[in-house]
Amino acid sequence: MASLKTLKTRIKSVRSTQKITSAMKMVAASRLRRAQEAAEAARPYAVRMERMVASVLASPGIAENGPRLLAGTGKDNVQLLIPVTSDRGLAGGFNATIIRETRRRIALLEGQGKTVKLLCVGRKGAAALRRDYGAKIVGTAEDIGRTGVKFSDAHDIGQRVLEMFAAGEFDVATVIFNRFASAISQIVTPQQIVPVPAPKIEAAPVDVHGAHGTPRAVYEYEPSEQEILEALLPGNLRIQIFRALLESSASEHGARMTAMDNATRNAGDMIGKLTMTYNRQRQAQITKELIEIISGAEAL
Amino acid sequence: MAEAGQQKIAFDLVTPTALAIAEQVDMVVVPGSEGDIGVLPGHTPLITTLRPGLVDIHNDGRITKSLFVTGGFAEATPERCMVLAETVLTVADVTPQDAQARLAEARESLAAAGAEANAAAKDEVRAAEALVEAVAMRRGSN
Repeated sequence: MASLKTLKTRIKSVRSTQKITSAMKMVAASRLRRAQEAAEAARPYAVRMERMVASVLASPGIAENGPRLLAGTGKDNVQLLIPVTSDRGLAGGFNATIIRETRRRIALLEGQGKTVKLLCVGRKGAAALRRDYGAKIVGTAEDIGRTGVKFSDAHDIGQRVLEMFAAGEFDVATVIFNRFASAISQIVTPQQIVPVPAPKIEAAPVDVHGAHGTPRAVYEYEPSEQEILEALLPGNLRIQIFRALLESSASEHGARMTAMDNATRNAGDMIGKLTMTYNRQRQAQITKELIEIISGAEAL
Repeated sequence: MAEAGQQKIAFDLVTPTALAIAEQVDMVVVPGSEGDIGVLPGHTPLITTLRPGLVDIHNDGRITKSLFVTGGFAEATPERCMVLAETVLTVADVTPQDAQARLAEARESLAAAGAEANAAAKDEVRAAEALVEAVAMRRGSN
């Protein structure tokens, strides 16, 4: 049985761990709120961008000879996966689920005889995947979202993806990230970004010509539709990446908050149990000493 | 167009991080890639790309707000004008020194890129040049 002194040290160390986890929980909670606000703020741009792409695509003849970013290379032999993880751990299953999904996809794609390349966002993902798939990693992006996700981060990643695509280094690119459902639930979401999936056309198109106008807005384009589309698609790609990063950052803080909340609670339970044992032992010791004194006195 | 004098047009300036401006204005002038476009209420539906330059908001016959965009897209319909821009700067907040510094930096990175200078570096130089010009022009006129 552990001595009183070791019990005391255990209690002290668990208590200081609890202090740390509860502080981390607090920090994660406030970061989560900020990350959610940022995700919210990005929505108008993404929605309008999507609408603009949709209306350009709706113009006649554009879909047939669209740019390569839209039409793809016509192949799907080389697949680029972009797993989005965090730079720091202690976030519950946040990184593990992404890594597991990435491994599953790699196995699946390779089973189909395809080549897989990896662009790892976040230190944790790169570290975990390097061991088994080091040769497949074509790039990493780290230090994202330390002080909130910035658009320039998404811009840089987007630029790399675009350059690789232009150089013909892959056919299809998919981002794997955690979609934020709630603080306790993050959903691993694979999203194809290249070729750009055609945005869903709105159910009720905006009628710009009044009640008896044409069903869909007929826009003038300056310069041509073709050129606008070519400029729009990279922009759309960047905003898709940006949204994935924002979702992932909100999920990370949510996952960390939940994990740290559990850790704090577990520490509390443990302190309770240890204190109980400590008190019992203290009592037992006192009783033992009393017996010794009494029997000592009786012996005289 | 003439009867639109009293009418206002809804103007939205949206960036990836925020809805920067959403207000009713008399007219906006956007730097279209093929020339500045003034958008009044009742404008024909139009979608255009933007070059780096100034978005000017006109109210009561004068410019009430002037913003610098590095590029982006604009959509005009009879009721609204929407600008999508990745970065927006308020011209009043930028000093000529800042603008010059940015230009110098952009030129440096372009030079560093050397022969295989990519489009992004060139775009940055173009944007910085436009910014310098814009700042000089607005400061001069005040």
